[in-house]
Amino acid sequence: MGAGDPLGMSATHANAAGMGGMRAAGDLVARMQMTQGMRLPAAKQYVADRLGLSPSDLSDAPTMHEVRGELGLGRICYGGAALYPDQPSAMEAKFRIAEVLDVPVNCVERFRANAGV
Amino acid sequence: MTTEERIPTRLGDGTLLTLTRSEMRADIEAGVEAAAKRSHVPPLTPDETDHLLDICASRARFSSVDLGSEVVLSIDGTGGQLVAGRQGDLLTFEQYLGADIVELYHMDYSFKAVKTVLPFERQSLKNAQQALTVPLQYGAMPDLGRYSRPDGPVANWSELLPLGRIAEARAAQEEAAEMAARDIAFVAEGVWEAGADGIDLDTCGAAGDADLLAALSAARAIRDRCPGMGVEMGMASEMVLGMHGELEWQGVRLAGLWPHQQVKLAAAAGATVFGPAVNVDSTKSLPWNLARTLTLCKPCCEESQIPVHMNVGMGVGGVPMAVRAPVDAVSRAARACVDILNVDGL
Repeated sequence: MGAGDPLGMSATHANAAGMGGMRAAGDLVARMQMTQGMRLPAAKQYVADRLGLSPSDLSDAPTMHEVRGELGLGRICYGGAALYPDQPSAMEAKFRIAEVLDVPVNCVERFRANAGV
Repeated sequence: MTTEERIPTRLGDGTLLTLTRSEMRADIEAGVEAAAKRSHVPPLTPDETDHLLDICASRARFSSVDLGSEVVLSIDGTGGQLVAGRQGDLLTFEQYLGADIVELYHMDYSFKAVKTVLPFERQSLKNAQQALTVPLQYGAMPDLGRYSRPDGPVANWSELLPLGRIAEARAAQEEAAEMAARDIAFVAEGVWEAGADGIDLDTCGAAGDADLLAALSAARAIRDRCPGMGVEMGMASEMVLGMHGELEWQGVRLAGLWPHQQVKLAAAAGATVFGPAVNVDSTKSLPWNLARTLTLCKPCCEESQIPVHMNVGMGVGGVPMAVRAPVDAVSRAARACVDILNVDGL
């Protein structure tokens, strides 16, 4: 994206055009772009197919909140009722993401090797 | 005297100004012409210029893409490292700012500098990966100038060139490019082994064609050594400066390349994401700068085989060169890139 103050730049781009990261499925689509070099339509379609959704669902935060909870893909935690200590998060969620997307995740592979699991 | 309504917009330095719709159209046409004339790419179509005009001529404080048309955000240099610390920044952007990809970086943001503190960077990255869910890449700049004296070991080509010592200046750049490529690949391999999802080579070509050569050579080496690693190559400007002038990559002369030519070399070198950059003219209006940006980058987005994440940070991609980014201009730049360029990300 490029440099700038977080509210004027990052938050603005996120609200104007972003997929929402793990509020929705932006991180999952990003993984297909980064590691597989997929262009956006192909990356969205791949992730949607793996999740049994339509590509437009992937940017919809309420839909993806439920899907991420069901599949253990990690959720945003901001306090109040939105805390999920008994659900997968961070590295645990990335194990699930690698499995659901059927792509290797580097840090997951290394965690698995280092932990002997 | 015109009775046309005046609409607020921005100069390239971020200051407010007002233009009529007719003046905005004239600026857009001039921006398109400036880009097409310089880079020999097709102008925007009438439908595209009309849509850009509609985006720019809205009085709304904010503009956005249609529902369902959202794109991936790779946020290079994530956070300011002052409020929350580096891992806190990464988590803040993941949890609160909707980042799709976050990036760990050293404040020096130069691979040459990072090489000296790589063990610390590797440990920091590993710790961050334990806490993050979104993909994490490591970023820095090829930063070729750091390899020239007095900061580095190589003769300073910026001093040699004005003296007419062309052969020496070229030799110095070639030597520096080899050093930079080795350092970039060394850092990339180090962070890959610590668990990074990708590496970001930011502002490639900032010091000219030798700078880009270093990045391309490094990307090739990274792809060979770390096959699964994401490699993002973000450019420094729209055209590669010929500080050397004769350097080639796979038979293609690097000096003078435009985004649609740059992206093909990046993909061939092993990049998985390409970030074109178009610098803003701070004396021109937002409509002019956006029109020029879109025209220069449209062939790149159409012809690319890999995802294109347009650089839309401070002073690039139509976004004004202002420390406090005005959200009206930033959101219009984002929307214009998505609607008209069909970018894969920002």
